[in-house]
Amino acid sequence: MNQANLGLFMSINVRLFASLREQFGKPDLSIEANTATNVQEVWNIISNGTSMQSNTLCAINMEYVELSHKVKDGDEVAFFPPVTGG
Amino acid sequence: MIDIRDSSFNPWEELQTYQNNFSTKGKFGATAVFIGSMRDFNEGDDIKSMSLEHYSGMTENYLKKIIQQANVKWDLQDTMIIHRVGDIKPSDPIVLVAVWSAHRANAFDASRYIMEELKSKAPFWKKEVLEKGSRWVGKNTPG
Repeated sequence: MNQANLGLFMSINVRLFASLREQFGKPDLSIEANTATNVQEVWNIISNGTSMQSNTLCAINMEYVELSHKVKDGDEVAFFPPVTGG
Repeated sequence: MIDIRDSSFNPWEELQTYQNNFSTKGKFGATAVFIGSMRDFNEGDDIKSMSLEHYSGMTENYLKKIIQQANVKWDLQDTMIIHRVGDIKPSDPIVLVAVWSAHRANAFDASRYIMEELKSKAPFWKKEVLEKGSRWVGKNTPG
């Protein structure tokens, strides 16, 4: 259960899928909410400034968003490679 | 009906069972069905097995959105999506899309639309197991 579910809305929960999950070595992590204002800044923090592949997709609370989209306390931000279902 | 399965399914039996429970019998004149199955080859390599991952919650949400959009675009009687996750073997069904409508044009067009939207929007990922090692599928093949 993430901190948002516990009512401690002081963090942003980050989810990673597929190759990105393997790259980071973990499926999720948490950052302080006041350290990032948008999705790009969330990425910069979790990746220690490593550039993002241009085809990486982003979502906030399970909706696709652009990198410039604002983030706030309690958000679930997800990063993943192009989808390959079907 | 939308269902994400972590075990194998028989698409023909699923269709039969689902259609038998229709309350709209006699209202549809067309049923379009697409079944996607696992190939044992990709990009020139033999593929031994595959693992499918999804973003639980977001995947279901997007499949629902796709169905809602299809119902706005076309007059449909009913729709069905079943998609596998977990470990699969060659020839195993991966996805079933079925559309029921009064006339064939809507069923054909909507089933194609649902599949293409699923492939480009629904967060699923495939990892292939080769003779030596494994790799993530980087992108879907053009429709």
